[in-house]
Amino acid sequence: MRKLALIVAASLLAACSQQGPGESSTASSSTAGGAPASGTPTIGLALSTQDNPFFVELKDGAQKAAKDANVSLVVVDAQNDPARQISSVEDLIQKRVSVILLNPTDSSALAGAVQSANRANIPVITLDRAVDGADVASHIASDNIAGGKMAADFLASKLNGKGNIIELQGVAGTSAARDRGKGFDDQIAKTPGLKIVAQQPANFDRAQGMSVSENLLQANSNVQAVFAQNDEMALGAVRALDGAKRGNVLIVGFDGTPAGKDAVQSGSMAATVAQQPGDIGRLGVETAKKLIDKQPVEKTIAVPLKLLTKDAP
Amino acid sequence: MTARLTWSDAATLIQRLGSVIGLALLFIALSIMSPDFLSAGNLLTVLRQVSINALIAFGMTFVILAGGIDLSVGAILALSGAIGAGLMAAGYSMWLAVAAALGLGALLGVVNGVLVSWGRVAPFIATLGTMTLIRGLTLVYTDGRPISVTNNAFALLGDGYVAHLIPIPVVLMFVVFAVFAFLLRGTVFGRHVIAIGGNEEASRLSGVRIAPMKLAIYGVSGLASAFAGIVLTSRLHSAQATAGAGYELDAIAAVVLGGTSLSGGRGWLFGTLIGALLIGFLNNGLNLLGVSSFYQLVVKGIVILIAVLLDRR
Repeated sequence: MRKLALIVAASLLAACSQQGPGESSTASSSTAGGAPASGTPTIGLALSTQDNPFFVELKDGAQKAAKDANVSLVVVDAQNDPARQISSVEDLIQKRVSVILLNPTDSSALAGAVQSANRANIPVITLDRAVDGADVASHIASDNIAGGKMAADFLASKLNGKGNIIELQGVAGTSAARDRGKGFDDQIAKTPGLKIVAQQPANFDRAQGMSVSENLLQANSNVQAVFAQNDEMALGAVRALDGAKRGNVLIVGFDGTPAGKDAVQSGSMAATVAQQPGDIGRLGVETAKKLIDKQPVEKTIAVPLKLLTKDAP
Repeated sequence: MTARLTWSDAATLIQRLGSVIGLALLFIALSIMSPDFLSAGNLLTVLRQVSINALIAFGMTFVILAGGIDLSVGAILALSGAIGAGLMAAGYSMWLAVAAALGLGALLGVVNGVLVSWGRVAPFIATLGTMTLIRGLTLVYTDGRPISVTNNAFALLGDGYVAHLIPIPVVLMFVVFAVFAFLLRGTVFGRHVIAIGGNEEASRLSGVRIAPMKLAIYGVSGLASAFAGIVLTSRLHSAQATAGAGYELDAIAAVVLGGTSLSGGRGWLFGTLIGALLIGFLNNGLNLLGVSSFYQLVVKGIVILIAVLLDRR
């Protein structure tokens, strides 16, 4: 009896593999694109969450574009849980959608799900966040380098090409912090009268944005502007400058969150570089449509940003 | 089995059959409504999606049968997964990491048992406290970041298949089910679990040692949660600091949907499997039908409420 159990266990172990049913490399690829046989093509959109207005706007943009392009769009929501997102991507694979638009909850956890989709011949397009360790047909996200440049140009014109600037950086190592910083720093370097006198990480956090600004203002009394790599840190800088009675310092944020836009309207922030999540969703659907029509698509698509000021909201 | 069917037996039977009938009806409805539902690929996918919740719910069944509740299961899942991933990242072998994670889960469960038995704290409050504590420890240990796992053999646990067909998590789920079902029906321990839930005072007077039993019961729940944590970590290729948030509620829902009484003493493990499948098929089916995730929560809530109303007798 025990011997039998051992044999069964051993053969089960020997039969273990990473490949599942219908996923063998020789599987027929006659249903290229995984498209269902008839009717309008279906695109799946797997969102990370709908708790955040950014992603709701992204969804609305995608839904509108799907209507215009006459394709049906199935939206699933992971409620910020990577395990739930894997499940919902699997459901989209079972539904045999033509393309999956994936807005990942997290860069590391979704690689397996993307590989499963690829094995089922369903191309994946990532939106806003990338997935590490898996092939995607295209990655669509805001053009953060251009956004940093916009912020620099805005400050250059407002300060008439002359002044000292403090820069609050995001979480070190994130692509958003890297690209926004690069675009801003490179552009500032082109204007000889402008100088970044201090730059420090405040980790995209409002409280840290406040305390870091306080310290930097203590060390640098002659400052005309603050550039923060997101609105939360910019709002922290607003508090610090209020406390120091320095109302004349220009503050520029990034993202265009509702709180950031309000601060621009009330004048406590000079501007914010707004992302356009609706455009990310729209471009996602349009790119998916191109894949369905067997047209070539760009490997990465940069979505333009928009500078919001009190005069140009 | 007694020859005469009492009213209580009849009520139990109806309740038990209720969950099976409910699952059958859902199954038939989804087969008719969605052309993608009834395929081997989709059914196996659902079984894999269900496995994590089912593993936790199997352990939870013991606790609820004994008249208790365990809110710390999701937190135990997260910490066990994180410790396992951390050990592998530090270069320890997969088996040591798995053993340490399982041991930790069982130990944390025993701590719950100590609080409930010797500490005389109500299970709801005791496990609410440990849930918060363990969540905090997980954040401290992981520093809020995911811990990536690159071990290929470990990845098989969540991603792999037996004989290219049956996902390994599904096999693990049925193995644990068989072991736990035997534990519940075929051993003195199992009979004592049900006796305690039926009438704790009477079972104490008839010689059941309550305190050690509770240590073991909560230990089983912790062990099952840690096991689910290992499978989930393997599926996600990483341990997430916030993994398993809200999973305690899904596990309780599976147990209750399966016809186990929340007041203890009445229930069966097979029902819990049915309950977990009900939730899984509901999620999958609503995704296939393209129902908005907002309505999915509404539907799930209504189904749970109906089950609880049926539980009232």
